[in-house]
Amino acid sequence: MSRTMTRMDKPQGFSRRTLLQATGALVVSVGAPMTSTSVRAAESGAATATKPPLTPDQLSSYIAVNADGTVSAFSGKMDMGQGLSVAFRQMVAEELDVPVDRVKLFIGDTDTSVNQGGASGSTGVQNGGKQMRAASAEARRVLVGMAADKLGVPADRLTVKDGVVSTANDANNKVSYGALIGGRFFNVHLDWNGQMGNPLYAPGKAKPKDPKTYTIVGQPVPRDDIAPKVFAQADFCTDIKVPGMVHGRVIRPAVAGAVPVQVDEASIKAIPTARVVWDNGFLGVVADKEWDAIKAAKELKVEWSKPAPPFPNQAALYDHIRQAPVRKRELEGRQAGNVDDAFKNAARVIEAEYEWPFQSHSSMGPACALVEVKDGRATCWSGTQKAHYVREGVAAMLGVTADKVRVIWTTGPGSYGRNDADDAAADAAVLAKAVGRPVRLQYMRDQGTGWDPKAPASIHRARAALDASNNVVAYDFLSKGFSRLDVNTNGSNPRDTLAGQNLGVALKSGDGFGVPGESYGFANKRAAWETIAPLLDRSSPLRSAHMRDPVGPQICFASESFMDELAAALNLDPVAFRLRYVRDPRDLAVIKAAAQKAGWQARVSPRRDQRGNNVSGRGIAYAQRGPTRVAVIAEVEVDRGSGRIRARKFTVAHDCGQIINPDGLHHAIENNVVQATSRTLWEEVKFDANNVTSVDWRTYPILDVTEAPEAVDIVTINHPEIAPSGAGEASSRPVPAAIANAVFDATGVRIRRAPFAPGYVKSALS
Amino acid sequence: MTKKFSLNVNGQVHDIEADERMPLLYALRDELKLNNPHFGCGLAQCGACTVHLDGKPTRSCVTPLAAVGDRKVVTLAGLGTSEHPHPLQTAYVQEQVPQCAYCINGWIMTAAALLRDNKKPTDADIRTALHGLKCRCGTHMAILRAVKRAAAMMG
Repeated sequence: MSRTMTRMDKPQGFSRRTLLQATGALVVSVGAPMTSTSVRAAESGAATATKPPLTPDQLSSYIAVNADGTVSAFSGKMDMGQGLSVAFRQMVAEELDVPVDRVKLFIGDTDTSVNQGGASGSTGVQNGGKQMRAASAEARRVLVGMAADKLGVPADRLTVKDGVVSTANDANNKVSYGALIGGRFFNVHLDWNGQMGNPLYAPGKAKPKDPKTYTIVGQPVPRDDIAPKVFAQADFCTDIKVPGMVHGRVIRPAVAGAVPVQVDEASIKAIPTARVVWDNGFLGVVADKEWDAIKAAKELKVEWSKPAPPFPNQAALYDHIRQAPVRKRELEGRQAGNVDDAFKNAARVIEAEYEWPFQSHSSMGPACALVEVKDGRATCWSGTQKAHYVREGVAAMLGVTADKVRVIWTTGPGSYGRNDADDAAADAAVLAKAVGRPVRLQYMRDQGTGWDPKAPASIHRARAALDASNNVVAYDFLSKGFSRLDVNTNGSNPRDTLAGQNLGVALKSGDGFGVPGESYGFANKRAAWETIAPLLDRSSPLRSAHMRDPVGPQICFASESFMDELAAALNLDPVAFRLRYVRDPRDLAVIKAAAQKAGWQARVSPRRDQRGNNVSGRGIAYAQRGPTRVAVIAEVEVDRGSGRIRARKFTVAHDCGQIINPDGLHHAIENNVVQATSRTLWEEVKFDANNVTSVDWRTYPILDVTEAPEAVDIVTINHPEIAPSGAGEASSRPVPAAIANAVFDATGVRIRRAPFAPGYVKSALS
Repeated sequence: MTKKFSLNVNGQVHDIEADERMPLLYALRDELKLNNPHFGCGLAQCGACTVHLDGKPTRSCVTPLAAVGDRKVVTLAGLGTSEHPHPLQTAYVQEQVPQCAYCINGWIMTAAALLRDNKKPTDADIRTALHGLKCRCGTHMAILRAVKRAAAMMG
């Protein structure tokens, strides 16, 4: 049995023992020495033979022109399959004036990109694209300057087409990007804002193009990563294999919070090559073959400690949230007037409370990571959204400094936020360190669903004050729930991973929630959130974190359902109500566009013209998410007998400023609508006193293809003059409320708790 | 118990020695080094591991080696290649279907059997045939378009 002490406080470099186990010999790899030629080149200006350091203020950290004239672009953002890569390639190609198929993108490798925050908050295009655009524009400026020297023509008389710079009046006087710098590196300093992660920005002197001149940005260029996957030629992170690799599995307790007290290694003696790794609360196995590792994890006899059952009765979850002490309260967003006075003077007050359950990422496959220690460095292949942060986490687990670790993001089995990927990387690092071999770890399904970080459960209270003339004069909105930052958005710190917590690092639960994103112009307005402590303070299967549009769908479910309740109370059509009170012109535009596209007929909800078992209705909801705004109209059918809801059709109007790739945007919206419909109708993490009991697709059902909508109609509003903003999550946000409002329209019954599963809806209807 | 097996996979015969209870999935991935299909659940609930056994869509994650016998195994890689694609593969690329793409074995292999047996499937036929398969990214609308496009190509 390997019992290791994993130190995370003092990075000390790889121990000699680990290295010898890993490689048999210590081989230290150093960079190629600079030759006198390369030193001269480095000193002489814009090009150098040796790559400058990988720092945010170097142009070479983002753009390189290869010897064959193709362009390589490097980004610390990552593409979870929503088409960020092709969007980046378009932005690079546009600014550099090269064909898009000559641009290759390298993302999420800590050896080739700087920390730009990874996939985070739909900032791929918004922040990462902005940087890519600025760097590409600067690269073009520098290249045209080099061409001016070479051709003896002032830069302002040069044009660029397909990566060839020529004089405006003599196309034969020309030089290609490849000839100017191909195979060497830019040696150009950028004006870095000093920030790392999402806010990193480092422009050059060049001004990006006028959007009016775009020929590549705005076009539906196809993704280049689809065909390799469809023909089974692309490696997922689950597919990576390295020599000497063993397979790992971790073992989780049946009672959350329990730790191993006794481990009987003899119980897996019959399984070839199987070994146990046990350190404090961490327990795992490795074996040469994957099936043997799976068997060993299943058959290993373990005696666990017997902690008190950590969780309340699930039926009492929302009461627990209501009664739990507030850990942090924060006002957020636009506050206006004096809400308390306005309520005192109200002619009428309307209030309602909404409830949202824990939900699981339940990615298509459970997370996987491979950690290899070799030649004095460690490499981790991971499907994480945040490779640069995982690098720090893996380094901490291995007890080395982060510069000794390379994380290579490789397509994972689906990702919508802080799922189980970062935990898998940390677990794989612990196993690799303990056994001195490269370890590939993939979780089992019950661990992927049961033990991934969860979207937090919450309650939401809304109330409005009306005056004697039925005007809404005050609005008060409060969310109370588990924090979206109980564990952090990334695995850079052991305390935020199961491995770290199992090894004894105390959780430092952070506080964060959110408020509605909208522009209702009520004279008195207050929006606030309150967080409560986690149910279990260590290694909890109900630890909460970011999941697609973190806390957005649940907040909007409450706030936009409530707006519908106000519209009904005031005898107003739901669209008319919004047009009366919403202030922002772009918000109004998406509401109007959705209504027009859907053929919305103005009337008050609910319908009163339906008899019989099957009734139908329509509902609208809208939201801002950062600078992006979306309106969604849902058309549903409700089977009153069974309580089954069919969301048949959606109409979405979407404004994310400048559209980079309309086809990618269309897919992102469609997929968000379907996933959010699934979360609204079906998804709820179930648990008993001991543990989460939603552990697979049967116990955590999602929307089936037989229930998928018949149509998702999309109107995209393009603003080439407005900076592009996020589209990866925004269209998820209004979906639950749009469905709830449509169910109300159909039935006259207001559903204030998600998910709208048949049993619950049936009881609400009767 | 470890036994010798002869597996016919994508037209090639492979001799392996393995635990007879080991699911076919691990033979394909670990012994034959095929990077498809994928492990999704190990419970036949999602489809990510789907292969054809004598043309029948089968969840390789719950199919013990001992049960494979001499049936021909075809994986996504054996269904078509970039040079000779199956119409569903072409349609998948044209419709730009996947988000993460981890689920595609299930959908394509199941739809391939449907389109072989039903040349003109209705929307309801397609949905019924694909019932139970999982796509967590929510690409269902694009999947349905691709299957209809492939049906049109084959018809």
